[in-house]
Amino acid sequence: MIWNPNKECMSRDEMHSLQSKRLNKLVTYVYHNVPFYRNKMQEMDITPEDIQSIDDIVKLPFTTKQDLRDNYPYGLQAAPPSEIVRVHASSGTTGNPTIVGYTRKDLAVWSEVMARALTAYGITRDDTFSVSYGYGLFTGGLGAHYGVENLGATVIPTSTGNTEKHIRLIRDLKITGIACTPSYALYLAETLEKMGLSKNDISLKVGAFGAEPWTESMRKEIEDRLGLKGFNLYGLSEIMGPGVSYECSEQNGSHICEDHFYPEIINPETLEQLPVGEHGELVFTTLTKEGMPLLRYRTKDLCSLIPGTCACGRTAIRMGRIVGRSDDMLIIRGINVFPSQVESVILEMPEFEPQYMLIVDRINNLDTLQVQVEVRKDFFSDDIGRMLALKKRLSDKLKSVLSISAEVKLMEPNSIERSQGKSKHVIDKRIL
Amino acid sequence: MSIKQLSIFLENKTGRINEVTKILGKNGINMHAFSMAETTDFGILRLIVTEVEKAVEVLRNANFAVMLTDVVCISCPNVAGSLSEILERLAENDIFIEYMYAFAEGDNANVVIRPNNIQKCLEILGSCNCSIKID
Repeated sequence: MIWNPNKECMSRDEMHSLQSKRLNKLVTYVYHNVPFYRNKMQEMDITPEDIQSIDDIVKLPFTTKQDLRDNYPYGLQAAPPSEIVRVHASSGTTGNPTIVGYTRKDLAVWSEVMARALTAYGITRDDTFSVSYGYGLFTGGLGAHYGVENLGATVIPTSTGNTEKHIRLIRDLKITGIACTPSYALYLAETLEKMGLSKNDISLKVGAFGAEPWTESMRKEIEDRLGLKGFNLYGLSEIMGPGVSYECSEQNGSHICEDHFYPEIINPETLEQLPVGEHGELVFTTLTKEGMPLLRYRTKDLCSLIPGTCACGRTAIRMGRIVGRSDDMLIIRGINVFPSQVESVILEMPEFEPQYMLIVDRINNLDTLQVQVEVRKDFFSDDIGRMLALKKRLSDKLKSVLSISAEVKLMEPNSIERSQGKSKHVIDKRIL
Repeated sequence: MSIKQLSIFLENKTGRINEVTKILGKNGINMHAFSMAETTDFGILRLIVTEVEKAVEVLRNANFAVMLTDVVCISCPNVAGSLSEILERLAENDIFIEYMYAFAEGDNANVVIRPNNIQKCLEILGSCNCSIKID
């Protein structure tokens, strides 16, 4: 099912022309209403007239999280206060919180894109849907809530907390869909099992998971334990909230609502726009936003865009799985290297433990990369030739993936430090 | 008859060999022969010890990557030309030696051989001027 075939299945030419028209309008709007953007554009010697096509977007300035903090609280707001009907804020753990004001039209767009997502997951007006994201300043709860209402399904605003009561409601109200973080879904499964129940006692069929990174193995585990099908739901409060992109039944990337949020992939170092298909930092321009429109907002999320008509029928461009954060990127001999690239190579080879460490150094003015990996006990061989061949196989694979050569160092089992939570995988010894 | 050799994967790190010998010593395991093969970043320590199974267990418990390898151990006269004679016979019969290590003591020299074909190697050695050690 497709909520809005006119937009989600629009021809590429029509989409290009719609995006061009909207970008021109947006730039004119921010130029006249946001001093921050007007000043930036004047510094760069550009005016709204220079932006006629969506392809002209590369002329525009970028916006960063720091810009939002520096202009706290309302510096980037374009609409007058009387037009703002709601405000959300991100947590301010690393500085000023980010304040995002929404106009009535912004909220309508938001519930429209959320309805597209829910429809792609197979939710209809006959479903009963539990929103278990936090309700409040966080965009997850209310964002998903109004999407469900817009779609016409029954929304159960469970929010977070009191999981046993939640499970009781899931059973008694025959809730069929749930939106929550993947880690909460696992907690829900655990609680269900602790209560002596199983997936056969509930009728959940769809899970909309987002707001934190998750893996395919988590998806499988949640699906097995809750008996539902899990879909990715992507969004960020600076741009809108949940609904910026969503998976369809094909689950080969998440369709971006690109009539509202124009995506680009850039090289986070040179800031150049990269051709479609290449990996880099995801950047969004809010084509239709009134409250706090943003030009080329750098998400720091690393992924690639997938073009082409999807088997589901949608033409909207897709974003691949987020492979990391641009903060993690290393530049070695001028080449961008992400720890996640190394990880993917190592995970493919059963001879190695999933632990690894990258040691970056500069010796005689040349950057060096050493990849330390643990050989699994059962793959250790007494034959030096075989061990060296294994080492060479890994270094060849790394070279083809990274485009630079890395020195592989085979380590003893359990010699690389296991850290709790976010593992630290890089030691950069260069003094730059 | 072939005997079991311990092969232990080691990083090139100061004190790592001592870790192995310390664990074996503490467990009352004696070493008969000892050889170290090394590359730039790792080495393979090869040992002939008294209690093979126990050695594997205590080393695995200490997180070492250990495996057992079949090798042939012989004793031949400690005189010029005696090893050459044996190796000549092996070569004639297409036995390829992956590695070997040896030590001489008094009238005899002990040689540990890792051949590509253990059974055939043992057959040929049976007709050579040497004795095949069993444990």
